[in-house]
Amino acid sequence: MIFLELFYVFSKIGIFNFGGGYAMLSLIQDEVVNKHQWMTVNEFTDIVAVSQSTPGPIGINCATYTGYTAVIHAGYPTWAAVLGAVLASLSVIWLPFILMVSISQYLIKHHDSKAVTSVFATLRPVIVGLIAAAALMLMSKENFGDPSESTFVFVLSIVIFLLAFVGTRLYKVHPIIMILLCGLAGLLIY
Amino acid sequence: MGIYTQIFLTFAKIGSFTIGGGFAMVQMMEKEVVDKKHWLNHEEFMDTLVVAQSTPGLFAIDMASHIGLKLKGVGGGIVGALATALPSIVAILLIAMFFQTFKDNIYVEKIFMGVRPCVVALILAPCFSMAKKAKLNKYNWWIPIVAAVLIWVFGVSPIWCILAAGIGGFVWGRLKN
Repeated sequence: MIFLELFYVFSKIGIFNFGGGYAMLSLIQDEVVNKHQWMTVNEFTDIVAVSQSTPGPIGINCATYTGYTAVIHAGYPTWAAVLGAVLASLSVIWLPFILMVSISQYLIKHHDSKAVTSVFATLRPVIVGLIAAAALMLMSKENFGDPSESTFVFVLSIVIFLLAFVGTRLYKVHPIIMILLCGLAGLLIY
Repeated sequence: MGIYTQIFLTFAKIGSFTIGGGFAMVQMMEKEVVDKKHWLNHEEFMDTLVVAQSTPGLFAIDMASHIGLKLKGVGGGIVGALATALPSIVAILLIAMFFQTFKDNIYVEKIFMGVRPCVVALILAPCFSMAKKAKLNKYNWWIPIVAAVLIWVFGVSPIWCILAAGIGGFVWGRLKN
């Protein structure tokens, strides 16, 4: 049952999401692309680009989009897909909300306690690894082109990647501007 | 205007106008909630940041839930969280419908062929600033590398890495004392 699966998967993604949207990407990709095959690597990459350029948290954006496409792929009509999208988005929210209601007072008092500090001392480095993994998993021939099929596409993709990295990292170009520029480059060159 | 309506409108506005995810929202939230509405003072707002950072879930939604909770209990929290999520849900639904129709369009495909490598760079870039914030040093530099290799090469679920880090950190903290 696609709706139960969406509920289960996105509840899990919600409760194990520490460290913000980028860290969440590896979780979403692992479940949505690798395990359940609700969307392809290309679709996933495209929706990350769309999320970067639309308002709101990236996790909600991904959940809404996945909910919609998964239900459509399962053969249901549009209204069911809209329901699936809303269900997936709410599934991300509800468990953290319950946790928030129950422990926020404790956390305000004890956030510099030894237990909390030592848990986050190892959690934070792992989150860096999670973000790196999200990027590495997307460095695939689906996204960069297969060098044995078209050297041109592959080399150009590497060039775009390097320019985008230097642009955001060193020159602090805004992500939306970067996405627009790279999209324009794709449209003109390919 | 009732307090629920005010909570709803404030967070729906924050959800509609902040692009680029969680941390971009913090500034706007502070302006709305502390400076304009005087719902929280600066110190209470900092508490909200602490809570949102140390609980799982989406940063912006966590903050909205916590502020709503402080104002009007569980009902206020629910309204805050839903209002923050609503603009995204609507926007992405429209885009998803559009995408289903146009995803095989040759020009859309050309645009995304250029965008995809850029997305990978955009994800990789904050990795380095996060590394600074995570206080990586000669003792813990291997942790992110091991986590990334486990997930990327061995297909280990990121959930196991998070669990291992949480439990490992807790046990290590106990042993150290």
